[in-house]
Amino acid sequence: MTTRPASAALTQFPLTFGLDTFGDVTHDEDDRPLSHAQTIRNLVEQGVLADQVGVDFFGIGEHHTADFPLSAGDVVLGAIAARTARIHLGSAVTVLSSDDPVRVFQRYSTLNAISSGRAEVILGRGSSVDSFPLFGYDLADYEELFEEKAELFAELMKGGPVTWEGKTRAPLYHQDVVPHTEFGPFPVWIGVGGSPQSVIRAARLGFSLMLAIIGGSPVRFAPFSHLFLQALERFGRPPAPVGVHAPGHVAVTNEQAREEFWPHYQEVIRSVSKTRGFAVPTKESFLREVGPEGALYVGSPETVAQKIAANLTALGASRFDLKYGMGGLSHQALMTAIELYGIQVVPRVRELLAEA
Amino acid sequence: MTEITPPQARLPRIAVLGAGHVGPVIARVAKAAGYQVSIAASGDPELIELIVQALAPGIEPRWATAAVEEADLVVLAIPLHTFTKLDPSLLDGKLVVDTMNYWPPVDGSQEMFEDRRFGSSEIVQRRLVRSTVVKTLNHIGYHELDDERRPKGSLDRRALGVAGDDPHAVDVVADLIERIGYDAVRLDRLSAGRLLEPGGPVFGVALPSSAFELAVRAEAA
Repeated sequence: MTTRPASAALTQFPLTFGLDTFGDVTHDEDDRPLSHAQTIRNLVEQGVLADQVGVDFFGIGEHHTADFPLSAGDVVLGAIAARTARIHLGSAVTVLSSDDPVRVFQRYSTLNAISSGRAEVILGRGSSVDSFPLFGYDLADYEELFEEKAELFAELMKGGPVTWEGKTRAPLYHQDVVPHTEFGPFPVWIGVGGSPQSVIRAARLGFSLMLAIIGGSPVRFAPFSHLFLQALERFGRPPAPVGVHAPGHVAVTNEQAREEFWPHYQEVIRSVSKTRGFAVPTKESFLREVGPEGALYVGSPETVAQKIAANLTALGASRFDLKYGMGGLSHQALMTAIELYGIQVVPRVRELLAEA
Repeated sequence: MTEITPPQARLPRIAVLGAGHVGPVIARVAKAAGYQVSIAASGDPELIELIVQALAPGIEPRWATAAVEEADLVVLAIPLHTFTKLDPSLLDGKLVVDTMNYWPPVDGSQEMFEDRRFGSSEIVQRRLVRSTVVKTLNHIGYHELDDERRPKGSLDRRALGVAGDDPHAVDVVADLIERIGYDAVRLDRLSAGRLLEPGGPVFGVALPSSAFELAVRAEAA
């Protein structure tokens, strides 16, 4: 075991704070679901607000279901890019296994052009699996699909003509893939849910590591940060940042945040568990996740800031992305959460980490 | 865990096959429980060296054949679609703990496991004809396995099911579960392992042993 503290990584990179959404369908004041179209228009407003309140990154997770109609998040990001000047915009995540790396590069390189260098990509292997049958991929192949496609994506990010051959896509011979990036490669992360091989892969390809921590104790991921640093060293790569993506909700008080979030969280997980077969959360398990040792960041700005600061330190991470929103919450509640996150939570985390 | 256990015969040596989400965690908690443990993936141990150092420090990565040869008990912690490519003779004569799940919405469907008259572990057993298969550890999250261990007698000690046809094998595995830090609830047929599968009454649910038994008996009735 290394004796280097995980927080060594923290000091090398500027702290950045993001908001991620899966585009969960929001409800109106009478608790009726909004249309997909209105949900998407609201999302543009949410991204613009995130920029206005000083958030560093806004990410959209690819999904293909009626509850999460965000199948073409990069188009939404383009709209946000046109109305903002500062915030970075990206996927959270792109399900690369069922996409074409060339197309992903083209779309995000285009976003990078529109936004004058504010694009980022978080690549995922497929925690959300609805894209596999939709595009004719076999879930049983997801490891090979991701491995090959992540390698090709790394080649594309180098910027020159690409020569590549594999089993999952037509070969490329000295292929110039456009648009060229203006200022070199944009940031690429690999989202990791718990697979150590994915950590190694991120290091091998020279991508940054985004730990998706959606249940249980965040601190247990500390060995993954160590593993990432050691693997970067082993592969002769320069240091790269570690980030954390985690779900939550911010309101003025702890009580309000919990009361707003819990019924929708329970409902969403109940509906997902029908197809996935895992346990439906109880109020007790929810409160455990909301507590200091759980994975959910639900509470007042102070509660959420304290938890973010503690976990960034424990994990040696310099980036935190809050996955805000939950199907059934109102657009207004989400706008309030974004405002509180940008204006109160983020400065408070910076303050706490500067003191430490 | 400070509990004093009476001296007894040597604990079985364990080989964990798989260095993904699950394998290193099982190796780590088994070592902490006093077992001699090795770990192997499908290829050269050098490839998993960093992973094992970080996630299961102090455990030696081996070639699978070497690890299995020296083990009394082999934990299968590989993706189920990889299992179909595993040479069954590797596990001849071994007690095999099957921690895998057939979970089509997450991992895709597989013809070998589509016969729903049988649980996935029964199908694993039919393929591993010269091994003794016991099913457990499939119904607790890999991220919980470490955190939720408790000393025997703790009020919040969680139960895990152990299903198998061979009573001696079930005893050995139940002892492992108890030493790791969970109450073992014995299910005396491998076919009852279906109760532990995704969508079943105890999959991913933290229950003390009394409630766990009620849940599986209610479903079995």
